[in-house]
Order: sequence, then C-alpha cells, then structure tokens
Amino acid sequence: MAKNLLISGGRIIDLSQGWDRVGDLLISDGEIAWFGDKGKAPSQSDLVIVEADGLVVCPGFIDLHCHLREPGFEDKETIATGTRAAAKGGFTTVCCMPNTNPPLDTRASVDYVRKATEMEGVVRVLPVGCITKCRQGKELAEMGELADAGVIGFSDDGEPVSGSRVMSLAMEYSCDLGLPIMDHCEDKELSNGGLVNEGWVSVRLGLKGIPAAAEEAFVARDLALSQLTGARIHICHVSTAGSVELIRRAKDRGVAVTAEVTPCHLTLTEERVMGPQEGRDKRLAYDTNAKVNPPLRSSKDVDALIKGLDEGIIDVIATDHAPHTLADKMCEFGLAPFGISGFETALGCLMSLVHDGRLNLNTLVARLTLGPAGIIGNKSGELGTLKTGCGADVTLFDPGGEWVVSSQDFVSKGKNTPFEGYQFKGKVVATIVAGRMVYQDESVKVRKKR
Amino acid sequence: METAESAMPGAIISGTLSPPALGVWQHRHVLDIDDFRKEEIELVFEIADAMAEVLTREVKQVPTLRGKTIVTMFYEASTRTRASFELAAKSLSAGTVSLDAARSSVSKGESLVDNLRTIQALGADVIIMRHPQSGAPYLATQYLDTAIINAGDGWHAHPSQALLDLYTIRRHLGDISKLRIAVIGDIMHSRVARSNIWGMSTMGATVVLCGPPTLIPRGLGEFIEHCQLSRVVVEPKLESALEGADVVMLLRLQLERQQSGLLPSIREYIQRYQLTGRRLSLAKPYALVMHPGPVNEGIEVSPEIAHGAHSVIEEQVSNGVAIRMALLYLVAGGKSR
Repeated sequence: MAKNLLISGGRIIDLSQGWDRVGDLLISDGEIAWFGDKGKAPSQSDLVIVEADGLVVCPGFIDLHCHLREPGFEDKETIATGTRAAAKGGFTTVCCMPNTNPPLDTRASVDYVRKATEMEGVVRVLPVGCITKCRQGKELAEMGELADAGVIGFSDDGEPVSGSRVMSLAMEYSCDLGLPIMDHCEDKELSNGGLVNEGWVSVRLGLKGIPAAAEEAFVARDLALSQLTGARIHICHVSTAGSVELIRRAKDRGVAVTAEVTPCHLTLTEERVMGPQEGRDKRLAYDTNAKVNPPLRSSKDVDALIKGLDEGIIDVIATDHAPHTLADKMCEFGLAPFGISGFETALGCLMSLVHDGRLNLNTLVARLTLGPAGIIGNKSGELGTLKTGCGADVTLFDPGGEWVVSSQDFVSKGKNTPFEGYQFKGKVVATIVAGRMVYQDESVKVRKKR
Repeated sequence: METAESAMPGAIISGTLSPPALGVWQHRHVLDIDDFRKEEIELVFEIADAMAEVLTREVKQVPTLRGKTIVTMFYEASTRTRASFELAAKSLSAGTVSLDAARSSVSKGESLVDNLRTIQALGADVIIMRHPQSGAPYLATQYLDTAIINAGDGWHAHPSQALLDLYTIRRHLGDISKLRIAVIGDIMHSRVARSNIWGMSTMGATVVLCGPPTLIPRGLGEFIEHCQLSRVVVEPKLESALEGADVVMLLRLQLERQQSGLLPSIREYIQRYQLTGRRLSLAKPYALVMHPGPVNEGIEVSPEIAHGAHSVIEEQVSNGVAIRMALLYLVAGGKSR
C-alpha cells in the first residue's frame, strides 16, 4: 500500500464543511491531508492516483443499524463477510445490533466483537449494547460497563422494551452515559404475530396485519418518556406517516430525538410482498424476501418518509441489514424470519429517489454521513467528514452507474433481497477506510506515480 | 375440434377424453379462484354436472384418471374436505395416497419444499394440499412441476369450497348474477369467505359481508376498493345484511376466537349473529341457508334452521365430490406424463 493516495477529479461532497465541488483529495498516512482544485495537490512521492472523473467522492457512509450475526448465527453472516458486504455498499462504519448469541449485554461479548473485527473485519464496527439483560425487557443490562466497553448506544432491537417503567429507567440511566437509546418501536400486543402491513394486502393474502399504530403507540410512549427523563432517543427504522408526524412535533418542542429510515421503506410498498415488479410476473406470490419488520407500508407512508427525510425530521438512513440463509427464507411466509440483506443494494435503490427528483443528492449523502456521525459523536474519532487531519474514510460512487441486482454476486452471506433483478442507476465503486482501499470495483482506474 | 360442451359428458363416462379439449381452461394449478374467469367457472360447473350424474349410478366410478396418482397432503386436520377429494379421485379411478403430513416428516424437521419434492419424486401427478399457513401452495408451485390443488391455506383461500358453494347456489337458483348473497360471521379468519368473495363477484352477484366488528379485518374496505370489487359491501348490522338476501352463507366460528379475546362471549355472538327463523324471515322467502361445515349447531345457526327447508348444507357436501372430480379431471386429465 502506498503512503499517499490522490483521488483526482471527483465531485467532492462533504456537508460537514459545506463542500460540493470538483477537485482533488489527498490522503496521507491514513488521514485526509489536503483538498483543492484538480492538479494543485502538493507533489508527493510514493503516490497512488485514483481517477475519479464523474464520480462522487464523499465521507464514508455510516450505517447506524445492521446485523452482523456474529457471534451465534455465523451461518447467516460473520464479521468477515458482513464487513466486506458493507464495504461493497460504501459503508466505512457500521453499528451492529446486539441480538447475537450470546447477546451484546456484557463487556465480554462486546469485546469479542471488537476482537473479531480487528482480526477479520475490513470496516469500522461499532457495537450497540443491550438495554436489558438477554434482551428480555426485565432488568437493565450493565449499561455503564457496556458504555466503557465502547458501545455507541443501547437497543433491544427486535424485542421492544414493553414495560414502560423499565424503559423509563433505561432512559434515566443512559443520560449520564451520554449515549442514546436506539428504539425499536413496536407494541407487540398490537402487532400480535402480524406478518405484513395491515391494509388491503394483508386482507388480499390472508395474512395477519401489523397496524401502523403498533409502531406509533410506542413512538409516542417513548417520546413522552424521553421528555420525562431528558434522555436521547433514536427511533429505529421509522415506517409510518404517523411516526414521522409524532417525531416532527416532538422535535418542535425540543425533545432529544433522532430517527432513521431504511432504503427499503423509502422505495418499496407493501405490494412488493405479492411478488416482484409489476408486469413482469403477475402471478400472486408470497415473497419472503420482502418480509421485514417493520413491514413495508403503503405508498402514503413512503411519501411521508421521503418528505421527512428531505426535511430532516428523519436524520439518518440506516440499512437494518438483516442477512438470513436461503433455507431460512425458503419456507412458508408465516414461518420465515423478518429481514432484508441491505448493505449492497442501499445506494442503488436510494439513488432512484435522486434520479426521480424526489431527493437531493446532497441530502442523501448527508443522511448517510453527517446524520449518523452526529448521533455517534466523536468518541471513536471524528466520522462523516473529510476535514484535514481526520481519518480518511471515503466512499466513491458513480451516480449514473447502471447495474442489475443479482444476489448471487452479493458478498454478504444473506442473499435475501427484494431487489433481485432490479436495474439500478448508482453504484459504489470504491471504499476507503483509514486510507486503505477496502473495496474497489473493476471500473476504478488506479495508477502509480513514483 | 370438438367443443367442450358437446364432448364432455360422454367422453368422461367412457374415459376416452384425452386432454381436456377445453380452450377455456387456463390453469395448471388450482390455488384460488381469484384469477378464474366466468367461463372457467361455468366450465367447472358443466363438468361437475356430468360428474354428479356418475355419482348417481350403481357403480360410482369411471376410468377417466386410471393410472394417475393423486396425493393428498394435509398439514392441518380435516375430515370432510379430505374425504371429499379422496372420493373424487377414486370415482375417477386414480390411484390415491393420503399423507397425514401434520404427523409425518415435517415434524422431523423436513422443510415443506423438501417434503413436497419427495412426493413429486415418488411420481405424484397431482398434489392436493391443505396447510395452516396462507400462501403455502404458492410456495409449492415455485419449486415443483407437479400440479397443485389448494385444499385450503391459512386464512387465504379454499377454491374447491367456493366452487361447490357457487355450484350449489346455481343448482337451486340458476343465474347467480342477479343474486344478493349475505356472508355472515368470522370474515377475518375465513378462507371460505375470501375465495367466495372472488367467485361470487366474478359471477356478478352482490356480496354482503357481515360479522362482529372484531372479526371483520381492518383493511377490508381498502381491499374492496383496490381490487375493484364494486359489488361487495360490508354491512355491520345483521338485520340489514339479511334483508332481501337470496342466499345466507354462514361461516364457522372457531370457538378459540372467544378465548383470544376477539368476542365478549359465545352467548353474545348467539344473541347478535345467530341465524334464527325470525332473522331468516328478513331474507327472500326461498332463500338458501349454507354453511361450509362443520356446523356449531346452536351458535352460527339455530338447529331448526340448520335442518330446515331452507338449508342446503348437506347438499353442499354431496356437490363437493362432483366439483372436486371436475377439478381433478381438468388438472390431471390434460397431462401426459
């Protein structure tokens, strides 16, 4: 690996400094060393030059919400495969959820993830710790020790903390630690074993529905608890128009809330469960690859999510990358696990919003970089920026690069995607973590200068 | 080419008809009747008429499907549907194998797809499957070449039941298109109701759905709108739903619905939704009373009505065999394996 890397001629977008211009970016010793007009970089020896004409060059994407499955479910994903899939998706930092086996509810298991990442990972992995012991919603996990071990927040993701008292205690406890509660909002009494959005599709397919209110009831509860305790909360995978509205009002009155949305919930509706793209295959299907929790919702919800993202009510795009094996998903709809393998399709499907004129490119980049960086904070170095002196986490993507999704080409073990066969325009071509190129596709032109 | 109408009855009886010479028929599987056109439903009826005639004979068997193997895979308990399909297959001289899948390899951890692939490898021409999960037969068709007949999947569909219901109505009242059909009870969990909504709509009838509010799925109105089922209406009041009905179709109330809190009590269900003589008098004087069975007598319907002059409940069961013979003929008759 060369000491110096020059990314030349790309459109550099760094919202932390308000940049959006064509130029060169110089990386030395793993840090951002210089940026400016093309061809003006201070001359270096031992230099590798990456031709970036026509590409967007931005801070590495940060994924606040993913499942790496290790330890415990290595047949679905490992830290080795998951971080490589993340790199292919342009993510330089990923935050892994604690629903592993054992769960990340002790320092030992958090340390395991750190150690495994050092040995086998290719991107930064920041663990999320459990709120309660064994994610059972009863007793608080040793949140202080988890914070010392380096978790960036607390979540019982997938298992909402049903008891309001336990949740309020967790929030109070988290205040001192300065870390957010990352909140999977679902009233399980209301979702009650539901499988898809409650609406016309659930009636059509004879599947139990999950009403929007199952999410909204807990969003409302936890906003109230946040107001009560002063704790920071981060609402995970918002899926309904009603939740967006609740968060909007909470922000208006100063509640310390942030929120995320997934690429799938921004681009697909509940109808996707009935089969792939319209016209191509009109036969009714029960597509387990579109089974996700929260469920894909109505087009009205999708519109509200895009608007909320655009306006900053939703701060972050997070993949909720949830890999499963083929066997896990090749079964009856009701028996299949929830989840979508999301790292490698994230940018492609999100760029469709940009090409359709529904989202500004800079907003998209901000929600993948600056937004999540603000929630993580600076504990593990400044993220989401290309400021001189900061660690060089950089993503290069071709905004017009066309490709067809084929899960066989996924680096992730999880081939469970609802986008199989979709034609996307927007492709990550290179990912750099701390100055080291961890992913590059065949189109990237690199030359050496001595 | 001979037309279906003229060729059928004699050919079925002699067993000489090779593939169903029936341009009208478009289905490889029978998963639901949501995609059946009116002509297809009428074709099923015509064949069922011929089959019904066979069933009145001294020897209730024709050689039509001799040499074919039909396997029933029931992943959920059932007596009457299963017996009905098996009788239908035997009346057409098919070889039948019946697997109680709920107790077989599935409980040993084999997946549904592997389980069905095994049956296919054993040489099944048609698999008739019932499954507690909605959509299970759709999964099967993704991975199998064998023809699948759905004998009920979760809350989703029960096509042979809907066809036999329509057939029974047609036998008594003729043209279905002018009729007003009230479907009463647990709409939410009913695959019978779902398939009938499609079939009745396709045949042009007006469908009035009525039941306790907690057993009407939220999203039903949206579903009706989205699928452009302009003749389907939801009527919360039983008396209004019965008013002027030509057919009253009752749905089975699973008693565990009360235990799961969906109903205050069975007693209140009886008070508010049981079809009694007084309530039935709101319907047309000749109205048919139907029920897919098994009937909880004294709950969905009073015993006098269940066994009274309006009831065609037993006839539904007999017609079921003829309808299932027709479906087996259409699905298995066209294959040359």
